[in-house]
Amino acid sequence: MLIRRTSDILPSEITDESVYLQRRELLKRAGLVAAGVLTGHSVFAADSVSGPSGPELQGVRKSPYSTDEPANSWTDVTTYNNYYEFGTGKEDPSRYAVDFKPLPWSVTVNGECDKPGSYNYEDLVSAHVLEERIYRLRCVEAWSMVVPWVGIPMAGLLKQFEPNSKAKYVRFKTLYDPERMPGQRRQTLDWPYVEGLTIEEAMHPLTLMAVGLYGRELPNQNGAPMRLVVPWKYGFKSIKAIVEISFTSKRPRGSWERAIPSEYGFYANVNPEVPHPRWSQAKERPIGAGLFASKKPTLMFNGYADQVASLYTGVDLRKNY
Amino acid sequence: MKPGSKSFYRLTKPVVFVVCLLPLAYLMARAFEVAGMGLGANPVEELLHELGRWGLKFLLLTLTITPLRRWTGWNWLIRFRRMLGLFSFFYILLHFTVYAVLDQGLDLTAIIEDIVKRPYITLGMAALLMLLALAVTSTQGMMRRLGKAWQKLHRLVYVIAILGVWHFYWQVKLDTLDPTVYALLLAGLLGTRVYYARKSRLRERLRRR
Repeated sequence: MLIRRTSDILPSEITDESVYLQRRELLKRAGLVAAGVLTGHSVFAADSVSGPSGPELQGVRKSPYSTDEPANSWTDVTTYNNYYEFGTGKEDPSRYAVDFKPLPWSVTVNGECDKPGSYNYEDLVSAHVLEERIYRLRCVEAWSMVVPWVGIPMAGLLKQFEPNSKAKYVRFKTLYDPERMPGQRRQTLDWPYVEGLTIEEAMHPLTLMAVGLYGRELPNQNGAPMRLVVPWKYGFKSIKAIVEISFTSKRPRGSWERAIPSEYGFYANVNPEVPHPRWSQAKERPIGAGLFASKKPTLMFNGYADQVASLYTGVDLRKNY
Repeated sequence: MKPGSKSFYRLTKPVVFVVCLLPLAYLMARAFEVAGMGLGANPVEELLHELGRWGLKFLLLTLTITPLRRWTGWNWLIRFRRMLGLFSFFYILLHFTVYAVLDQGLDLTAIIEDIVKRPYITLGMAALLMLLALAVTSTQGMMRRLGKAWQKLHRLVYVIAILGVWHFYWQVKLDTLDPTVYALLLAGLLGTRVYYARKSRLRERLRRR
């Protein structure tokens, strides 16, 4: 008997996502009409449920790094996130990033490496095999999701720029363009958004440069055209819409670290034992579980301890939050 | 029908009562996904925040009655103050209930730890307890029994409002625009009281001369 492991199946395979969602939509609409008839109310357009959209990515490989937990719906992932470049509300990115045109896109590479320069999106991505990585995502605000990213392992991408021995850290920068990113017209954070990793963290096999979601091109609100994904760290480390990669000898300071250093540190590893100064990190609310679901315990390094704990031997995680 | 007459209140009070329940009805409709509405991807958080905001809105509305009455001379407004105050308590109690039941799953250890360790929750809890005291003593009977002490006790509403807005402000991660708006409105409402208090003291002094 052939038993397929769940992780061997792409969600896009099981799903028949659009069919399934259409069916749900139909049921929902039928219910709506019934409700409308019963209550005499007009029927709202139920645009809250919609399936994956956008161009499909070709040649996506599965990955053993994927979790076999069920992924959040397309709607959850694309309508609830923090992306202050498009507003500080959770639904703002989905609302205000609609008209954002990510391509053409180029990334400046500089600092301690032998192949600095300006690279366009296609050249960066086409040289690599795309992988689907279904990762847990834990926000510093104590909610979590499971997201089927598509991307390229960061190590492979960074190695092509040939970082030298002085490259101890990698700093990433988001696009600064208030015309296209309305959230940047207000000084909520010190724009442009900056984040950084140690070179070991950046080269870790779990670290991903994501270019897609649910087998499709990355939606604007999720950081198109390319974003970092570091699944064992709080979500704010995973910087979006990257336009600059710098190899540095000095530790970069991220935007949140600069804004409130007592609350957001450089490491930002998911850690249930170290509370945020204003709330506990011991538990998390799984998004998509509904009004009556309970919180679940947060795992050390967001459940990736086996793979990444060795990066931090001898590091005081309470101090280096 | 004259404002302030018995028939006026008999008609308007139920109307105001129902209007005050509309935010709750709307939230319930969203919670149970009536007619394609919803609370979004994180319904617990949305419900929690919306109830808290409505509690604060009703609190500010309650504090608007006195300055508005002074300004317009519409003395009949005072008869709606208790109802608005109680609705503020009602929404804040629901806010706490959603926190304790839906958010924390009645995990008492976690709730107590929150109250002790997280300053914004300490503030919110203190405000809720004070509000409870005011709600319990809001009846005619209690007013009579407490006499002069009643007014003193009910001046706690200023402390409650400050703690409530502070609680909101401290909870926000970075973008403090919303709580700032509430803080400014509250400052305005408290400011009018300082202004009227000064004016009446001045008048008093002039009269004595």
